[in-house]
Amino acid sequence: MASITIRDVTKSYAKMQVVHGVDLDIATGEFVVILGPSGCGKSTLLRMIAGLEDISGGTIAIDGTVVNKLEPRERGCAMVFQNYALYPHMSVAQNIGYSLKVSGVPAAERTQRIQAVARTLELEHLLDRKPMALSGGQRQRVAMGRAMIREPKVFLFDEPLSNLDAKLRVQMRSEIRKLHRRLAATSVFVTHDQVEAMTLADKLVVMNGGRVEQVGTPAEVYSRPASRFVATFVGAPAMNMLEGTVTLDGLSLLGDSRKLNVSRTGLPVGSKVAVGIRPEAVRLVAPGTPAALEATVDLVEELGAGRVVYVDLDGAPFSVVTSETVHPVPGSAVGLQFAETDLHFFSSETGARLDVFKASVPEPVF
Amino acid sequence: MEKRVTFSRWTIGILFAVPQLLLIFTFFYWPAGQAVYWSLTLQQPWGGGNIWVGLDNFRSILSNADYWNSISASLIFAGISTGLAMFIALVLAALTDRQLAGSRLYRVVLIWPYGIAAPALAMAFRFILAPEAGFMAVVNQVWPGFWDPGLDGTDAMASIIVAFSWKYVGYNFIFFLAAFQAIPRSLIEAAAMDGSGVIRRFWDIQFPLITPTIFFLLVINITESFQDSFGIVDIMTSGGPANATNLMVYKIYSDGFKGLDYSGAAAQSIILMLLIVVLTIFQFRFIERRVHYR
Repeated sequence: MASITIRDVTKSYAKMQVVHGVDLDIATGEFVVILGPSGCGKSTLLRMIAGLEDISGGTIAIDGTVVNKLEPRERGCAMVFQNYALYPHMSVAQNIGYSLKVSGVPAAERTQRIQAVARTLELEHLLDRKPMALSGGQRQRVAMGRAMIREPKVFLFDEPLSNLDAKLRVQMRSEIRKLHRRLAATSVFVTHDQVEAMTLADKLVVMNGGRVEQVGTPAEVYSRPASRFVATFVGAPAMNMLEGTVTLDGLSLLGDSRKLNVSRTGLPVGSKVAVGIRPEAVRLVAPGTPAALEATVDLVEELGAGRVVYVDLDGAPFSVVTSETVHPVPGSAVGLQFAETDLHFFSSETGARLDVFKASVPEPVF
Repeated sequence: MEKRVTFSRWTIGILFAVPQLLLIFTFFYWPAGQAVYWSLTLQQPWGGGNIWVGLDNFRSILSNADYWNSISASLIFAGISTGLAMFIALVLAALTDRQLAGSRLYRVVLIWPYGIAAPALAMAFRFILAPEAGFMAVVNQVWPGFWDPGLDGTDAMASIIVAFSWKYVGYNFIFFLAAFQAIPRSLIEAAAMDGSGVIRRFWDIQFPLITPTIFFLLVINITESFQDSFGIVDIMTSGGPANATNLMVYKIYSDGFKGLDYSGAAAQSIILMLLIVVLTIFQFRFIERRVHYR
């Protein structure tokens, strides 16, 4: 078991810098998920921890030892690859036991440990098969077994579930979670799937453009996104964003066409902000309800348990998740109602979160 | 499932196959049939038809010590030159695969030797390996008489092996490099994570995965070393000294067109053909078992 300390790590290729000064602390036994869109540098960061990619600047330390110059095998990490990377010419047992064979573990002990891992992953009946003869989920498990058998200090997962179908993905997700609870090994999991990230993570790291946007528990990241990017990336459907200006008595939205009465925000009058509101936090009410924004229904997506209603707010797209037995008809007018506390404010220029009710500003009493 | 073309009428299918069948028949089965016929007859010196002699030609060839010498020389040549050409190409490809800058250039440059006609490259090597003026002249300066392919049979054999291997290193390299590059990068990385070093990774992962290519090249190289060696032998040694490099394919030519023993030469070419067939069957039966097809 080990902790990982990442300090000001950068990565540049010949012309391009892809990781810009990442700082991250991963505690022993923690399950950290790095979430970000493709090309955000998350896989590169993981591969730098693994030792498959040179570190251009900064340091990565595992258990206090700087590993920048160490070979992958000296770092004590095991990795599960996106395409599993099983050795096609070896049987499942040979695949799982390869690392032990390399390190010279006697055959008898090797067999015993392969059996033990296979039992955990329910692979016992497949040990003699070649990877070709396995299904996607089974290959995934073999890849897990290959990582587990070494009893590594750190598990690294590089989008390991993205090649599976939706159902299997959910199943493997919970298996990985259970496995982690049992082994309690430090794990770093890279994904672009925010549902995967939310469900697996003890600590969620959101990356964008080679930078860390936010680090926190999934709940923190969801409820207090640190930037406009995080706000729109985490959560599905994405958070609604409306451009606005702070006025004396609240906000004017969408180029002054809409007014929103909000109590004092503590933001300077005239400052440009982006106002975010989660689709789940919006209630559909009858048009004309006081203090509700009026909009036209564009499209209704039925989800069974609820529905996503896409509305048109003076040309701005806006979505609402509703589980109520309201059946809005496309083309009809509706009112949008939400609590002031559900609003998120972001700077229009930098995209950074603006904390509206600072300690210095007395919390308004409703 | 394999996709198959199906025709509504079998005659259409046959029509499509006819040009290819015609080519194969005209340039392979017909001459081979002719050679079989000649090998069983004796051609009269001044014309006037062939006399049927049964297996007499084969009997006389196989009882001739010169012919057995030619067979063993051919086998030695095939074994060493194939081994050398494949080993050097494998090492070069493995190294190139690790450092890929400029690999496109290597690919182009290294295929050139294969495009050079055998007599032309043999001429070049005759100069390069000339005992009085070539590279080996330096060694001869220090150690007089060390290298003389004109007098020493082993030296002569070494020269044609070098020339032939040089031609096939490039050819083999292209295939080996392609095979190495077809191995997913993540497999090598997974092996590195599993604690395997460079050499170990080569033997445990890369080598088994390129066995189909190795097998293919083995068959091609051995077959070609029996056939493509003609031009090299003709220009560099003419089968000498003292028949030391009189390979089977060269002996067919010299016995047939210089010795004017057409029937004996025909019988020799039948034996050479059978030998290559047997060797190829042997490779498919016993070596292919160790090949891992993906």
